[in-house]
Amino acid sequence: MILLRILLLLLALAPALARAEDDPFAGLAGSYDDISNAVAALAVSGNAQAEPAIAALQAGRLFVAPDNSLWIKRDGGAVNARTGAPGEPPGALKPVRQNNAVRRATEAAMGSLTLFSADPAVRAKAAAAIFEQRDTAAIPALDRALAKETNPAIRTAMQQARAAALLSGNAASEADRLAAVEVLRARGDMAASNLLESLSGQPKAVAAAAATAEASIARMQQMWSLAQGVFYGLSLGSVLLLAAAGLAITFGVMGVINMAHGEMVMLGAYTTFVVQQAMQTYLPSLFGASLIVAIPLAFIVSGVVGIAIERLLIRFLYGRPLETLLATWGLSLTLQQAVRSIFGASNRDVSTPGWMSGADQFGGITITYNRLSIIVFAALVMAALMAVLRYTPLGLQMRAVTQNRRMAAAMGIRTPWIDALTFGLGSGVAGMAGVALSQIDNVSPNLGQGYIIDSFMVVVFGGVGNLWGTVVSALMLGIVNKFLEPLAGAVLAKILVLVLLILFIQRKPRGLFPLKGRAVEA
Amino acid sequence: MSRLSISVTLALVLGIALVMAVLNLALPEGAALHVPTYAVSLAGKYLSYAMLAVAVDLVWGFAGILSLGHAAFFALGGYAMGMYLMRQIGTRGVYGNALLPDFMVFLNWKSLPWYWHGFDNAGFAILMVLVVPGLLALVFGWLAFRSRVTGVYLSIITQALTYALLLAFFRNDMGFGGNNGLTDFKDMFAIPLHADATRSGLMVATAVLLCAELLVARYVVTSRFGKVLIAVRDTESRTRFLGYRPEAYKLFVFVLSAVMAGIGGALYVPQVGIINPGEFSPANSIEAVIWVAVGGRGTLVGAVLGAVLVNFGKTILTGALPELWLFALGALFILVTLLLPGGILGLLSRRRARPAPTTPATEPAE
Repeated sequence: MILLRILLLLLALAPALARAEDDPFAGLAGSYDDISNAVAALAVSGNAQAEPAIAALQAGRLFVAPDNSLWIKRDGGAVNARTGAPGEPPGALKPVRQNNAVRRATEAAMGSLTLFSADPAVRAKAAAAIFEQRDTAAIPALDRALAKETNPAIRTAMQQARAAALLSGNAASEADRLAAVEVLRARGDMAASNLLESLSGQPKAVAAAAATAEASIARMQQMWSLAQGVFYGLSLGSVLLLAAAGLAITFGVMGVINMAHGEMVMLGAYTTFVVQQAMQTYLPSLFGASLIVAIPLAFIVSGVVGIAIERLLIRFLYGRPLETLLATWGLSLTLQQAVRSIFGASNRDVSTPGWMSGADQFGGITITYNRLSIIVFAALVMAALMAVLRYTPLGLQMRAVTQNRRMAAAMGIRTPWIDALTFGLGSGVAGMAGVALSQIDNVSPNLGQGYIIDSFMVVVFGGVGNLWGTVVSALMLGIVNKFLEPLAGAVLAKILVLVLLILFIQRKPRGLFPLKGRAVEA
Repeated sequence: MSRLSISVTLALVLGIALVMAVLNLALPEGAALHVPTYAVSLAGKYLSYAMLAVAVDLVWGFAGILSLGHAAFFALGGYAMGMYLMRQIGTRGVYGNALLPDFMVFLNWKSLPWYWHGFDNAGFAILMVLVVPGLLALVFGWLAFRSRVTGVYLSIITQALTYALLLAFFRNDMGFGGNNGLTDFKDMFAIPLHADATRSGLMVATAVLLCAELLVARYVVTSRFGKVLIAVRDTESRTRFLGYRPEAYKLFVFVLSAVMAGIGGALYVPQVGIINPGEFSPANSIEAVIWVAVGGRGTLVGAVLGAVLVNFGKTILTGALPELWLFALGALFILVTLLLPGGILGLLSRRRARPAPTTPATEPAE
């Protein structure tokens, strides 16, 4: 209520201030001080020619004729600055001189002038500029703009700008100042906090209010940065989850140490690249959907390669985990070199569709769409994977084979075929992860190598053979990593997490959620 | 691994090393039988790799510990030697700073970090070559074996260990030269490093130490201790039920092997002239395992053979057809594990070669 009353009061005062200058243009031909004052006066005059004149001054296109008339030089000729009418300047023109004071004044003036622009984005920007500059002279203009403004977000921005300007000047009453502090506290960001901190020479009550507001902002900021950290952690965790999801099947469920798992991810990323290239050439209109097209294709490509690997290599090595490890490592080298030979060693460009770029501000946290999409995608992939294992005949047979192979075979399940399909499923999921990772990582032959150790750590940490364990461990590792980062730096945080994991595995070799029962002893 | 094959290997390694050194030093350049210095250094590099391979074979072939992080011990030994060589540069660096190595001057450091003190002294540096890898292996092994982390889990955490070290050594503020590592060495034991005689001497020294390592390893595995070790490899739980403490046996051999790998690294650095964090990369450790597999796991001699052969092949292929090297290496991994489980030595010996498997063949995880 107080705020509203102040606003009304100021609105009543505004025209009076505007009338104070008879001819605001006159000063522009005078000394630096005159120019600065004239610019400030023009900015609040409401004169239709003020904006072009000040813009011209800023651009160095405003000139003075010998008779003190003002002209704006355009490409085709000159325009009278007072009237806006084209004409012929009388005699030689001299540019209106500028020094830093003038430049500051023009900048502030442009800020308040653009408050009345028809474009909301320009108005918002103008309000933000005034907030930055805390220009007391802009208060009348702000009041007039506030009276007209209908957009609530811009209204808030203008009120904040007004509060900032008001607190920085020395004309306002104590009640006004207290109201202004309250407005800034509600804004609650670093800029507001800095502004409150920099206040000096305020009445006692205002200073106390500012200190309280500052503390409250600091608390809010802490909460928000916590929330932001959780978001970043979730986003890193879902990247880990995607990379590890396929491994949770091949390693976790089947017990196959597939060191070429990272290369399945890499194949998925390259599938995305090929799909985008093809769509750019043949279906440019549907380019925005290229990632959606790439997801099933990547699943098929990596899945088929996975089935081939199982049939040609891994099935000869069942029961010999260390040999499997070495052979699949060799396979991963071969696949990397094959991709390098085909696509070249350099990074390939995978573009991000429009709907995935950009960001939004929710309170104090910034949510970028590509991170959000990856979180959602990881959730969908895990849900689909669990649904396949739980509700499809294939999933039933997979669980039967992994739990009791002989009994499953006795019930007529073709266990070798199920092994191949299970491995194909895990590899296909890795391929889908590749589509997502192509959005945040360099698509190069080495893409998979960067994830292989992390993925194994996630699966082992979560408990082998337990998909929920994998989810929990991926998200936990992501969040822990992101919270260690500000304390220790990104690389050190990663090292710390690795060391903690190594220590953890020593304590609980079977992970967070170990399987219980006879299956463990195999 | 008969007495004969060991003797033949020792004779061959020492003989070839000596002949190469003599042909390099005694004959003038351009003579038909002259061995160029780069070939001497190359041979020295292979021999230090062979030391790493023997170390890997000792733990993998005889204790069933497939370490995918052994290159970390190799690299740590190398860094300890590299630090000594850095201190030997003295004022001959680019910045001519007597107190600090070049990279520290470049990073604007004011004083030597505490862990660099003492490396001016050759004796201390050599002690560190043995102590640092050994200590890491002791701590890591104690934690891992005590809680009975075995099989692939152990492999994966050893890999994570070397990966963590890789990331750590890449950091500039670790004080080990970051990305570029340690290089531009001038002297070793006050002898200029680039002289032909030094090169040959280092190569022969590597050969001698490799032979010593082989003898030590052979002594360990043929002793009573070695018999228990092999029992641990084949059926750990049964050995435990018989009253032995497998973790103690494994820990001893793991530390011994780490020290051996560290010595290999310390000899590698002066002959190659650089040590950088890339040596920690997990790929290097796994490559060392394939040397052993190619030569024949659990034979010690096979490890030397495999290391030299594979690296010789690598030198030739990366020179002639660089594209093909990774294909060849990948194929080597696959073919050796699928078709040649006993390695080359297994193929050579008349009896049906099949190394004892780590775990009794079971069906995939039930």
